[in-house]
Amino acid sequence: MRFYEVLLHLYPASFRGEYGAEMCAIFAQRRRDASGVAAALALWVDVIWEILFNSIAAHWDVLRQDVRYTARALARTPGFAITAIVVAALGIGANTAAFTVTDFVLIRPLPFPEPERLVALWERLPGYTEMELSPATYRDWKSMNKSFDVMAGYTELPVNLVGQGDPERIDRALVAADLLPTLGAQPAIGRTFTATDEREGAPGTVLLSYGLWKAQFGGDPGVLGRKVLLDCAPSAVVGVMPRDFHFPSREVEIWTPLQFAAGAFEDRNDNWVNCAARLKSGVSMEQARAEMSVIAARLERQYPKENSKHGATVNRLRDQLSNQSRLLLIALCGASACVLLIACANLANLLLARGLVRQKELAVRAALGAGRERLVRQMITESLVLAIPGGVLGVLLAVTAVPLLARLVPNSLPIAQTPSVDWRMLVFASAVTSLTGVAFGVFPAMRAGRNADLSGLREGSRAGGGRKERVRSILVIAELVASVVLLVSSGLLMRALWKVQATDPGFRTDGVLTLRTALPMPRYEKAAVREAFYTHVLSEIRQLPGVSRAAYISFLPMTMGGGIFPASVNGEILSRAETHTASMRFVTPGFFSALSIPLHLGRDVTESDSINTPFVAVVSQSFVRRYWGNENPLGRHFQFVERDRMVVGVVGDVRVRGLERNSEPQVYLPYKQLQGGWAFFYSPKDLVVRSDAPPATLVPSIRRIIQSADRQQPISDVRTMGDIVETQTASRSIQLRVLGAFAAMALLLAGIGIHGLLSFTVSQRSQEIGVRIALGACSRDILVMVLRQGAWLAAAGVALGAVLAYAAGRAMEGLLAGVTPADAPTFLTVIGLTLAMTLFGSLLPALRATRVDPITAIRME
Amino acid sequence: MPDALPAATFHILLALSDDDRHGYAIIQDVAARTGGELKLSAGTLYRSIQRMLEQGLIVEVRDRPAPEFDDERRRYYRITPLGNAVARAETRRLAQLVKLAYAKGFAPESA
Repeated sequence: MRFYEVLLHLYPASFRGEYGAEMCAIFAQRRRDASGVAAALALWVDVIWEILFNSIAAHWDVLRQDVRYTARALARTPGFAITAIVVAALGIGANTAAFTVTDFVLIRPLPFPEPERLVALWERLPGYTEMELSPATYRDWKSMNKSFDVMAGYTELPVNLVGQGDPERIDRALVAADLLPTLGAQPAIGRTFTATDEREGAPGTVLLSYGLWKAQFGGDPGVLGRKVLLDCAPSAVVGVMPRDFHFPSREVEIWTPLQFAAGAFEDRNDNWVNCAARLKSGVSMEQARAEMSVIAARLERQYPKENSKHGATVNRLRDQLSNQSRLLLIALCGASACVLLIACANLANLLLARGLVRQKELAVRAALGAGRERLVRQMITESLVLAIPGGVLGVLLAVTAVPLLARLVPNSLPIAQTPSVDWRMLVFASAVTSLTGVAFGVFPAMRAGRNADLSGLREGSRAGGGRKERVRSILVIAELVASVVLLVSSGLLMRALWKVQATDPGFRTDGVLTLRTALPMPRYEKAAVREAFYTHVLSEIRQLPGVSRAAYISFLPMTMGGGIFPASVNGEILSRAETHTASMRFVTPGFFSALSIPLHLGRDVTESDSINTPFVAVVSQSFVRRYWGNENPLGRHFQFVERDRMVVGVVGDVRVRGLERNSEPQVYLPYKQLQGGWAFFYSPKDLVVRSDAPPATLVPSIRRIIQSADRQQPISDVRTMGDIVETQTASRSIQLRVLGAFAAMALLLAGIGIHGLLSFTVSQRSQEIGVRIALGACSRDILVMVLRQGAWLAAAGVALGAVLAYAAGRAMEGLLAGVTPADAPTFLTVIGLTLAMTLFGSLLPALRATRVDPITAIRME
Repeated sequence: MPDALPAATFHILLALSDDDRHGYAIIQDVAARTGGELKLSAGTLYRSIQRMLEQGLIVEVRDRPAPEFDDERRRYYRITPLGNAVARAETRRLAQLVKLAYAKGFAPESA
């Protein structure tokens, strides 16, 4: 019997209250009628089944009734319904979009089997925690470790592809044969690499990405075995990778085997091999780290000079992204949570106001026998009825917004550019929707429950005084706090963006067009062939109308951070492990004037600086400061990359590593003094053209000139220097735009909240105001009375908001580029904006208050 | 042709047509009349009763002692004029349906 009563709790409380006793009586009767164990058992099976079915049906009945009732009620006040749904949609949409991107970048496991076992390995050198491995270190780690199932090297090296149609410059990864098995990746068609493909001198083989296969080969399965030219070397297509396979980054479109030349293992400080590995099952990260540091220490003992102070870094492959990307996303989530909070507070206030107006209606229903539970349930259903269309609309908003946020997906992860919209998003959106519905429904519901007595029916009872108004004020203050936090955060980030944008890159971008012609190596191995190409192309381009300067450099600033080598003035040729380093670039004459990099002393490199004349260099000011202080550097010698070189010129410093990073001093060498194996990587490939002609008209002519110099030479990365600099702040400005939109939304919602609260107060207090006016209060007094209430709200919101905003600013200090979290102009602007919004929101209700007619107001009593 | 009345509703109306009854009596009456074919469960019964009360097909008559529950006081239900009219309408609908079926030659074999 007791058990039956417990089972009855499955029914809605109202139903149970009404019929529970009767049902128990019937059950008792049936128990009495059922004699024998078999009959009793049959009765229980019957009863349990019946209760399960009927309780669900009864809940459904109640829900249907409530929904129907709510729909009717909302249809009478469409303005309220639409406002509420739109506010909910904004909150839910913002959160769903932010969640989708964050989940995609930070949470979702990588698209490989057992991704938690995948790690990235780095060498730790003095000054660098994550440095690529040298081939020798890679070989040693691979043979010495016991923590990993497999360890596989790879590196990225773009290549010129001549397959179908125009020659193309393509991002390529050189991968060890066991890399794809390490990741657990299978080709869509064909095979992956074998140990034979890895051997030096093996016939060329290549794996295509799905995208390249579709674009270049029309998705033809007969592509297997076909020969393509990679940097002029014929290579056979052995397979095509699946559509969603990206590694090491999504830019990579082909993979070729990583082959080590015979001499590759000699220099233990030529670090260029990236390394991925799969932990043996059961081996923890800590165990792997411990083992790797033991191995590094053993190698240090074995090679005391080359491996001095070398360690090992082991990271999860999942976590290979910059702190800044992570912070950007977390800030985005925080901001969207603020928007949701404000939306909920606003909706709760709307519903509260409505609940107060409907107090009489609720009291009538309570008097007619609706239990408190029933009314609460009704209110929650009502808020869910508003939240669910809001949720659907929000998901639609999010689906449209997510592709716009794609730039927040960092390049460093092996995942697609655009977050895919999947069930996680829908689960999250439904969770947020229900949370929203319950959150903004729960206050009014509690209120309705508490007040469901006959006091609501008393004639002339005034709703909205005392406690109720306090809850509503707190909600409005919460809105203000959240919007102050959002406004300050966006303000700080805007200041940071301006600050970064105002950073002097060291060169002028206006009127500079750039493009890349990477010369494939066996063909351009001979210096004379390269020089002929540069001379032909540059002299032709300089003839073009509008062009004032044209030059080549190994790598443009901000496109490649590497190429860093030690430099010394003591006559000793240093090992690469030294810390006094500088970046090395080879340039053609005229590079500095093409980018407007100021030449402070001496001369530019010239056509007569050749392999047969003394080795010279143009260095940056910071280089001079480091070695010679204030002395005249011209004519001085230093040792850099296998040679003794003489300073012939000094130029301004350039932000090689980007606007937000410190860069090593720069050394520029004449392009004719580039020799041997260095040409492979450092031969000038980036063309810089300064002109006053628009790029659109310039590009076709330049293309024609390059084609005439070499028909097989691809042209890639056509963009202006301005674009290159802008890319530096692209994710910042996207984030700022999103955050700014959130903040604007928040401010608007808070304003609506203030307006709603004050209007309501004024209408509730119209009798009191009428009395005051009748007693001689002038309209100024009334105006001040209402405005004071608004000012009080604003003061509380701003004070609390400012404190929290400072905390938020501290939390994202890493994004602020040196702007202090207590930045006074930002805070003053935000306080001003909030006060203005408060005044704006209170003005209308205040004016309405002054127009209260005392006679009408008092007669209403 | 009007929509069919749920079977449980129709049977409850039939059970109440001659006398006011409480819940358990309705279950027993329905079972007896259908030869044990239809056994209403308590949940189905009271869900139907709740809906019928809302629709005004029946009313509650409180506080009459029920002989078989000893001294416990039970709720009794009584059919309303609307309930009567609905039951009649349902009967007419069923009769027409049966007539239609006969006309098409669907006579039960034993009849």
